[in-house]
Parts: sequence; C-alpha cells; structure tokens
Amino acid sequence: MALNTKPNIADADGFYAKLLAIHRGLNEAQSHALNARLVLILSNHIGDAEVLDAALALARDGV
Amino acid sequence: MPYDYRPFPYTAPPGLTAPEPRHKVAIIGAGPIGLAMAIELANHGVASVVLDDNNVVSVGSRAICWSKRSLEILDRLGVGDQSVTKGVTWKVGRTFHRDREVFNFDLLPEDGHKMPAFVNLQQYYVEEYLVERAQALGIDLRWKNKVVAVDRHADHAVLSVETPDGSYRLEADWVSSCDGARSPVRGMLGLEFEGELFEERFLIADIQMEADFPSERWFWFEPGFHNGQSALLHKQPDNIYRIDLQLGWDTDPEVEKQPERVIPRIEKVVGHKNFTLDWTSIYTFQCRRLRSFVHGPVLFVGDSAHIVSPFGARGGNGGLQDVDALGWRLAAVVKGAQSPDILAGYDRERVFGADENLLNSSRSTRFMSPEAGVERLFRDAVLHLASRADFARPMVNSGRLSRPCVYPLNAPDADLPKPARPGAVAPDAPIDGGWLLNALGRDFVVLALGQDAPAVPGARSLTPNVNDHLKRRYLGGAAKTIYLIRPDQIVAARWVTASADEISAAMAAAWGA
Repeated sequence: MALNTKPNIADADGFYAKLLAIHRGLNEAQSHALNARLVLILSNHIGDAEVLDAALALARDGV
Repeated sequence: MPYDYRPFPYTAPPGLTAPEPRHKVAIIGAGPIGLAMAIELANHGVASVVLDDNNVVSVGSRAICWSKRSLEILDRLGVGDQSVTKGVTWKVGRTFHRDREVFNFDLLPEDGHKMPAFVNLQQYYVEEYLVERAQALGIDLRWKNKVVAVDRHADHAVLSVETPDGSYRLEADWVSSCDGARSPVRGMLGLEFEGELFEERFLIADIQMEADFPSERWFWFEPGFHNGQSALLHKQPDNIYRIDLQLGWDTDPEVEKQPERVIPRIEKVVGHKNFTLDWTSIYTFQCRRLRSFVHGPVLFVGDSAHIVSPFGARGGNGGLQDVDALGWRLAAVVKGAQSPDILAGYDRERVFGADENLLNSSRSTRFMSPEAGVERLFRDAVLHLASRADFARPMVNSGRLSRPCVYPLNAPDADLPKPARPGAVAPDAPIDGGWLLNALGRDFVVLALGQDAPAVPGARSLTPNVNDHLKRRYLGGAAKTIYLIRPDQIVAARWVTASADEISAAMAAAWGA
C-alpha cells in the first residue's frame, strides 16, 4: 500500500482547529507528550509497514 | 490619479425649525451598509432618512474585495454593473511560503453566472455609486448630522442630532444602526461586543504605481522581503495596489504609520522606488459580535453588529448580506403586512452568518499569527509539508474568502441539486433575455421548471425555458421542479411538484422564519 498524500480530511480547517484546541492549557512538555501519543495512536491505526516507512521519510524530508 | 474627494452638500434639516413628523426608518451611517439599507428599503417602497456625521465618502480604500454575492446584491440596488466595470475582476489566489508557491485557489471555476467571483474596488467608489443611486431615488441623505443620543421607547426611538446649525430631535419607528466597527450607537445603548481580540497588528497601505502584476491575490508567509512575517499584495483600479504587512504586537502603530517607516518596507515588497503612497492605516485583529442584533426599535447592521479580522473579505460582504436579510422583513413590518416579531428571523439568520464569518476569520488569524508554542509548531509543520505533500496545501490558511452561508431552514426539500437547497442563495443562471437573479428579488417568486407555476397569492410566478445551466443547478436528474424563492433571493423551499396550498404554507413559514 502507498502513503496517501492527497487531501483526505473533508473539513481540514475544522480538524486543524480541533488539533490546536486539544493542546489548549498544556505546557510545552505536555504538548510534546500529547503529540507523541497521537503519533503512536495513528501509526498503530495505519499498521501497514510500507505506509509507515513512507510517512517517516516524508516527515524527515527537508529537515 | 488619486481619488477626488468631493464633499456632499449639507443643508439645514427641517427639524431645526419645527418638529418633523415621525419617520418610518432612520438609518445612522452613510457608509456602504447604511446606503445599501436605504436603497434596499426604497426598492421595497419604504422611505428612510440617512444621518451621517461626515460629508465625504470613505477616506482610503478600506473594504476592497466585493464577493459575487455582494455584487448580486449591489446589482439589485442598481450599482452592480458600474462596480464590475470599474473594478478589477479576479478569482485566483496564490499563497507563497518564502519564495515557493504552496497553494492556489480558483473561486469561480464555472460559467453561466452574471457576476464574477470577486472584484476589487475601493470602498469610496462603491459609496460614490450608492450615493448617486440614493439621490436618484430621492432618499433623504443628511450630511453633517451627528446622532449624539438614542432614546428607546416601546414602539419608536428618539434621536438627538447635532448639525452645524444646532441640534434637533428626530423620531423614527425604527432605527438601523449602520455606524461601523466603532459604532457610537452601540456605546449609547451600553452594549458590548463579545469575542476574541488577537494580539496582532497589520500595516495596510495603498500605493500607486505602474506595474503588470496579474489580477490575482498574492499572499506570502515568511517572504524574504519581510522578515519572518506575512504579506499580501492585491490590485485595485487606477493603478492602486493594496499591500498588507504583518507587524506583530510589540510595534508602536503611530510610529509604523509614518511614511519614513512605511516606504522602505514597501520598496522591499515591490523591489523599486517608483510608487507613491496613497493611504496607510494600522489595524488589530478582532473577531467579536453583539449577542443580539435587534434591540427594541434599534437594529444593528454590518460592522456595528460584528467585526472580523481581515483576509477573508468577510466584513463589508457580511454587512451587505445583513442588509439582504433585513430589508424585505423590515419593509413588510413598516407597511403593516407583518408583525415586528418577524425581525427575530433577521437576528437569528445573521447571528448564524456572523458566527460562520467569525469562525473562519479566527481560524485564519490563528494560522497567520500563531501563538508561540504548539500553534506555531503546527503552523510551521503545515508550511513545511505544503511543498512536499498535496494534503497540506489546503491546510495553508491565508484567509477563507467570503461566501454566503446557508441558513439552517426547516423547510420542504426534495432530491434536487445541493447548491440550491433551502437556505442557500438561489444560484444564478442565464435565462431568455437576461439572468435569473435579475428576475428574482423584491418579492416571493414561485420558480417552476418543466411545469406550470400554481397561482399563489402574494407570490409572483416565473417559468423560464429550461436550459443546461438551469437543468444543472435546479433540476439535476428531475424532469420538473418548483422552487419558492424569498425576496432576498434565498431558496425558501422546493419540491418536485407542489400544490398552491403547500407553497402558501411554505411562504407563511418563511415570513415567520
């Protein structure tokens, strides 16, 4: 399976707002920890090794 | 050529020498919203008096982006063609991160609409056209008439008005407060805005220059010419360009407004010195509104009722949609055809519309001006990914441009094209001899396609020949349909077919809505 990099969230602005809202009231360390948990949760949901490898590479690209 | 500001003539109002008979409607503020309100009421056969503390159109371009919906409303008011002819028509926006284009949008990808997606036109031109139209209609425009007090009574209001020749009292059954973001009337009534104030400032400047930038909206995140901040470039008529530059919260607005500070910044944007500075201003970002827009006989319309941060063109365009929603209702109340209770429908629908504008504007503001910490982290992550992955591009938010909301109506509906559902603006389409929207407005219309229109008391029938545009926008797979369309060109209800009684019932419900 290939990594889907096409737009796939129906209400992207709404999702983005929720993503910020879930962090409200957290300090920097708590936010980092939340992001880490979120990455692990979503990675498990995806499961497919090929997709995960592609996602890891894309996230690292240009750094 | 810089705009030629010509003062409108002040004449002593009759109230200075003898009490005036009570007016039906007094409109406070002769900006685009107050003038549009007066003309809309005149179109419905209702006279009004317009009071303005000044005697000239807006100084500076201010509102420049007029949406398709606003152009349709301005067309109904009689100044649509002028505005489009003079304005710069555009529909494409491009967003850059540093020097790379990361996102673009096309706001009107289909044909068969009379009005374009957007035109850029300085607010002073729109006001000039509306004043000419109001004068032609014989509307009582009173310049240098400053309202200093509003006394509310159960069924009318009394205004205290100052003029160069002294003060007078003016009584009106209804007062439409169109006096802008800093609304003195709001203060007189002791009403407060509720919502968010963002700690962000933008410098806004109009420059005049000969250039061949395309008629597109260009927005930059972190451009090389404006260290780490955001910038916007947008073309207006008369070789005027709008430039917006993010300043941050720690700057002194009075210092940043000085030409010796502004000019070097603009030189960096355009890359040369061949321009003249026409106007500058500084604004803060606010997303706030009144809890209710109806306060007894005083009705708040436009920026006096709600204020949004810019980059969505949701201020002036939102205000014209207020006028759209209020005009037909207020006219019916003034004529005694409907109870004042129906004005609750104006309040409900435009609070809904304002909230949609506020939501979009505050999201754009968060993206452009993220707080330090996780907001900044995600914003920069989106910009980083935007040049690498398609999905991140639509997340880049440099403003979501004004579109009319779809009112949540509980009305008869059928399996017909979604864009024309109840609560939406009736989509325009060519019809024999003109345009559908020009054939709607001012009264309720029963639009019947593929069948005869049942005769409904209080509504006008329209049965155009079906063409491809009408088929696609109104029929979809159906062979026939009936739409009931309100005076503000909003779809009130629709059926595959309906009896006169069913349509009458839907019309009664729409008045009550």
